[in-house]
Amino acid sequence: MKSFKLNRWMPSGKTTVIGIPFIFLFVFFLLPFLLVVGISFSQQQLGIPPYTPLTKMEDDVISIFLNISHYKFMLQDDLYIATYISSVKMAVVSTILCLVIGYPMAYYIARAEGSTRDTLMMMVMLPFWTSYLIRVYAWIGILKNDGFLNQFLMWLHVIDSPLRLYHTNWGVYIGMVFSYLPFMIMPLYAHLVKMDLRLLEAAYDLGAKPWKAFVSITLPLSKNGIIAGSLLVFIPAVGEYVIPELLGGSDTLMIGRVMWDEFFNNMDWPMAATVTCCMVLLLLVPMAMFQHYQAKTMEEIK
Amino acid sequence: MKKKLVKKVLCSLLMLMPAAGAMAEDKALNVYNWSDYIAKTTIPGFEKQTGIKVKYDVYDSDDTLQAKMLTGKAGYDIVVPTSNFMAKQIEAGIYQKLDKSKLPNLANLDKTLMAKIADADPGNSHGVPWAYGTDGIGYNFTKVKAILGKDAPLDSWDIIFDPKNLSKLKGCGVSVLDQANDVFAVALHYLGKDPNSKNPADYQAAFELLKKIRPYITQFNSSGYINDLANGDICVALGWSGDVNIAKHRAAEAKRSYQLGYVIPKSGAPIWFDVMVVPKDAPHPEAALKWINYIETPEVNAAITNEVFYPSANAAARKFVKPELASDPTIYPPEAVAKTLFLLKPLPADIMRLQNRLWTQLKTGR
Repeated sequence: MKSFKLNRWMPSGKTTVIGIPFIFLFVFFLLPFLLVVGISFSQQQLGIPPYTPLTKMEDDVISIFLNISHYKFMLQDDLYIATYISSVKMAVVSTILCLVIGYPMAYYIARAEGSTRDTLMMMVMLPFWTSYLIRVYAWIGILKNDGFLNQFLMWLHVIDSPLRLYHTNWGVYIGMVFSYLPFMIMPLYAHLVKMDLRLLEAAYDLGAKPWKAFVSITLPLSKNGIIAGSLLVFIPAVGEYVIPELLGGSDTLMIGRVMWDEFFNNMDWPMAATVTCCMVLLLLVPMAMFQHYQAKTMEEIK
Repeated sequence: MKKKLVKKVLCSLLMLMPAAGAMAEDKALNVYNWSDYIAKTTIPGFEKQTGIKVKYDVYDSDDTLQAKMLTGKAGYDIVVPTSNFMAKQIEAGIYQKLDKSKLPNLANLDKTLMAKIADADPGNSHGVPWAYGTDGIGYNFTKVKAILGKDAPLDSWDIIFDPKNLSKLKGCGVSVLDQANDVFAVALHYLGKDPNSKNPADYQAAFELLKKIRPYITQFNSSGYINDLANGDICVALGWSGDVNIAKHRAAEAKRSYQLGYVIPKSGAPIWFDVMVVPKDAPHPEAALKWINYIETPEVNAAITNEVFYPSANAAARKFVKPELASDPTIYPPEAVAKTLFLLKPLPADIMRLQNRLWTQLKTGR
């Protein structure tokens, strides 16, 4: 009898397995994010911490203060909207470049022989053995006016005067594509490698040209890989701080830098929190909805 | 105020972790100071004298320090904010009052300079100066004179703020500190307004002035300009005294053909102090006092000046400073120049926001 009761209260094995990641996400993602939302409704002050509490207890009355002035300010000042647009633009261009460069690479790796394939995959992952920060710093040495790239091109007499890449948006694109390319290649590879090659053979037998076979078979079958890879590149690229800070010019507008300015130069944690919340609302919510409908249509097809 | 290298990123990563290694009381000391701001002998000397192990971390901007201090429990015993930042932080109540009976070496400090700092720290009760410096113009004299002629008014802010002059220098490279605070103070001074103005209209006027010279500014930079100046990549810099002197030193060491130098414009320039303070939650306050007293030992203090080219408010140390530095008016401004220097004061939050907003607009055009 007793053991029966105990069993009722113990979570089943399935719940435990699913529960652990849920608790992890709750503690390390949702909870901190709720704190950020809370800070965005508070008021800047000088002290520890540098923002006012949301609730106050006085004469047994709990009052809650929600300050929406930061959200209003975001709409008034066009800097923020311009920055969001510019960040999205930079991220979209980086994602497209990653896709254009990464797809053929993933395709080639997926079709390569066993041992070559492992070596190539290893080479894609190799940069991760070095710290991300160091890799971006290395690009400073390559891109600057008297850097390796310019010296090499001038030695080849391809150019007469150094290309200005360091401290420009081009530098940021190069840094982004370099850093995020593996995130594009890996999901693409995963989809391409498990593709049934007999489908292509069938297409050729029916007289399709290679290009036609690629467009109507390979591309649709790797669609999910393209979506997954693009999201993996796009999402971190929008909020990127390190690359535009180190490689970008002073006129490179990106959300990460605006947040830095709010947080450090203006000492305005609530405003920084507001910028963050709006970014999540503007970018992640549409993406989540897209995923949701995507899953639904997939089910309907089945 | 000194911002070295693009260490921002590293600093921001460091921010995530509190200073580790808080050992038993008095056997350890955690110091947080500006980068490139200390002599090689300073820490070993202190460790030998007191047996206290020093953990030394660096930052490159007051903003980084302030964010860390206001988050609380940073674990540092000594931090070195610039006076205008320190004033606000003292107001926020995050620093201890110093027990001066344990700091006999305070007697070595220059009374006039201490009176200036008292502006930010009433009665000098919280802080002891580490070093000070000025904002001025760094030149590649050889190149600038070749372009503007021998009689160019190099000792005037006209070089920076008169588009007629700056437009000619564009070709050889112009660098301006990436510090809204400093540059606006100088621009306000040039317009004949209060450099610590609290009137938003003044900042708009300064912004209009800066906008006119914006097309001729090659870079906004607070650390890399040292090397750029030394290598001849830029020929004019609105920069900090010690940094320009480091550049001059490096160029001379590399036997460059051109002459570099630092000028404090005769109408006046900002002066700033970086001040040692002890946070209220410092784990080793006793060791912190020993450190402050040790730093104000004349020989120790002079060794720092000899290495980083920034003077200190320690009057007794001056005779131990290398003669060529001690007699250099760009390092130790003489009395007549000192009178024209103005201290940067803390600004209210809304003015700071306006300043930073205009600064972003200036740099990005938005």
